[in-house]
Amino acid sequence: MKKGSLRQQENRAGLAMISPTLLVVLAVVVLPMLWTLVLAFQRIRLINVRDTGLFERYTLQNFVSVFGSPGFWSSVATTLVYAIGGTVLSLALGLVAALALRKPFRGRGFLRGAMLLPYVAPVVAVAFVWEVMLSPQYGIVNEWGARLFGWDRPIAFLTQREATISLLGMDIPVPVALLTVIVFEGWRYFPFAFLFLLARLQAIPGELEEAARVDGATPTQRFRHILLPQLAGVIALLAMLRFVMNFTKFDDVYLLTGGGAGTDVASVRVYDFITARFDVGAASAQALALAAVLLVFLAVYLKFFAPKPEDKA
Amino acid sequence: MNRDTFETRLFRVLRWVVLAGLALATLFPFYYMIVLSIRPIEDLLRDPGALWVSVSQWTTSTYEEVLSPEDAGGQGMLGLLVNSALVSLGTVVLTLLVSIPGSYAVSRLRFFGHRQVHFLFLAVYLFPAILLAVPLFVLFTKLGLRDSLVGLTIVYVAQTIPVSIYMLRNYLSTIPESIEEAAAIDGCSRGQVLWRVTVPLAAPAIMANALYVFMIAWNEFLFALLFLVADREKWTVSLGLAQLAGGIEVPKTVLMAGSVVLTIPIVLLFYAAERMLTEGLTSGADKG
Repeated sequence: MKKGSLRQQENRAGLAMISPTLLVVLAVVVLPMLWTLVLAFQRIRLINVRDTGLFERYTLQNFVSVFGSPGFWSSVATTLVYAIGGTVLSLALGLVAALALRKPFRGRGFLRGAMLLPYVAPVVAVAFVWEVMLSPQYGIVNEWGARLFGWDRPIAFLTQREATISLLGMDIPVPVALLTVIVFEGWRYFPFAFLFLLARLQAIPGELEEAARVDGATPTQRFRHILLPQLAGVIALLAMLRFVMNFTKFDDVYLLTGGGAGTDVASVRVYDFITARFDVGAASAQALALAAVLLVFLAVYLKFFAPKPEDKA
Repeated sequence: MNRDTFETRLFRVLRWVVLAGLALATLFPFYYMIVLSIRPIEDLLRDPGALWVSVSQWTTSTYEEVLSPEDAGGQGMLGLLVNSALVSLGTVVLTLLVSIPGSYAVSRLRFFGHRQVHFLFLAVYLFPAILLAVPLFVLFTKLGLRDSLVGLTIVYVAQTIPVSIYMLRNYLSTIPESIEEAAAIDGCSRGQVLWRVTVPLAAPAIMANALYVFMIAWNEFLFALLFLVADREKWTVSLGLAQLAGGIEVPKTVLMAGSVVLTIPIVLLFYAAERMLTEGLTSGADKG
């Protein structure tokens, strides 16, 4: 057998070792993704899926019916509010937690572990606990709300679309259920931001801050001018990751509210299109609309916020 | 008092307030889950605000109901736990088999397209599960794989590969190449180097990664719901619990017992490997 040069050998070995990965990714991610493109342009229901070929009956009908269906645009708005709210909240909580746990103290290891629990626990389990805690009938939050704050009526956190709060003579509408699922999202994913921000914080050399302290910078000034610029890259990356994940989040909202009470995020609609109406074409079209919005956001991130190649160590 | 001392003191106090608040927010739901699971349901309805149940009141009937098989009047979660374990372990083994050579290739070897491969992993990682749900649902229906644990495992493998390769690659890049070169000079082939030198050296990272993959597969809900819902025999625990909640009137305390059963394996594994796991996930974070 004729052996190639070392370089060629390396090339062949590399391709051989990466090919199982490529195969799986190609078969279960890339091809299905491309197929969505096809499905979105065909009138397909689950019943006739077996005898619909690749090259049949292309139409824009799915998009027309999805964009025109009642609740589509409000669902886009809900999804955006949910994704942005969840992202901001989880990042803010994560940052506060990382700053508080930055310096060693007794029990820090335990607390750090505890703080990762919402992220590692199964979503079904934590969604149920929240549901029980927030229940208007036997929920501990309403019970203690009545005891401590004198709530005159229990709040139906997960089933009430809107409440009005009277503040300084103004009636302000508050989307109760939507806010609740956003808070849940912030709670469940702040550990993720916390973990990465803490790792980054601990990699910042102490001399930087020491020098600023000697120059008379106060804690807030040191945070503003030293820590924050150092964290900016990770924060931008986390914001992008969390936004993308939240924007297409399914299980959290589905388990908490089932998409009701003003929490009709896009992914729950996709699910409804498949399971309730068996309308594969419409589900694909809805999914594609979701992907298109995501692509725009990703492009903006890559253009303006992503670390440039020359910054990379 | 100048601004500096004021701020320093303020944040010293604030820090402990924040720590207490965060500890409460993260631990209380889990504590509450356990307390409810051992409370008799009448007791909960009588006094919903109670934070503690006296030991004499404790009951384990909720756990009996949730775990015992259906023909014994229970909810049959034990069988579903087995399903979840099979799917999760299968996902771990397959993901590692695929991603160990993959991450080695990415971190060590220059092959055609090795730069583009990073982009592919990022794309797969970012690609939302709900978008894959539609075509995979249709595809697996066509292939007759939909109501099978094997089909579910394949989907999980694809979903966990990107993170797996990312974690392992980060670790492999910290192992000096000279060790591998020495083994190669001693006559090991590339496969032998990988198997006898690199894998043992990377054992901690591989363990951490295995746990992370197990966690994702164990906790997954969307694909289990889409693929398995028709066949009760094949449900995973997550799905079983969700169906339990949506079905006929089941006491909330039983539901909480189920949640505890679902959560315990993950929390145990997590505490056993927390340090490895967090380091594996965030190594490289300081570069961004």
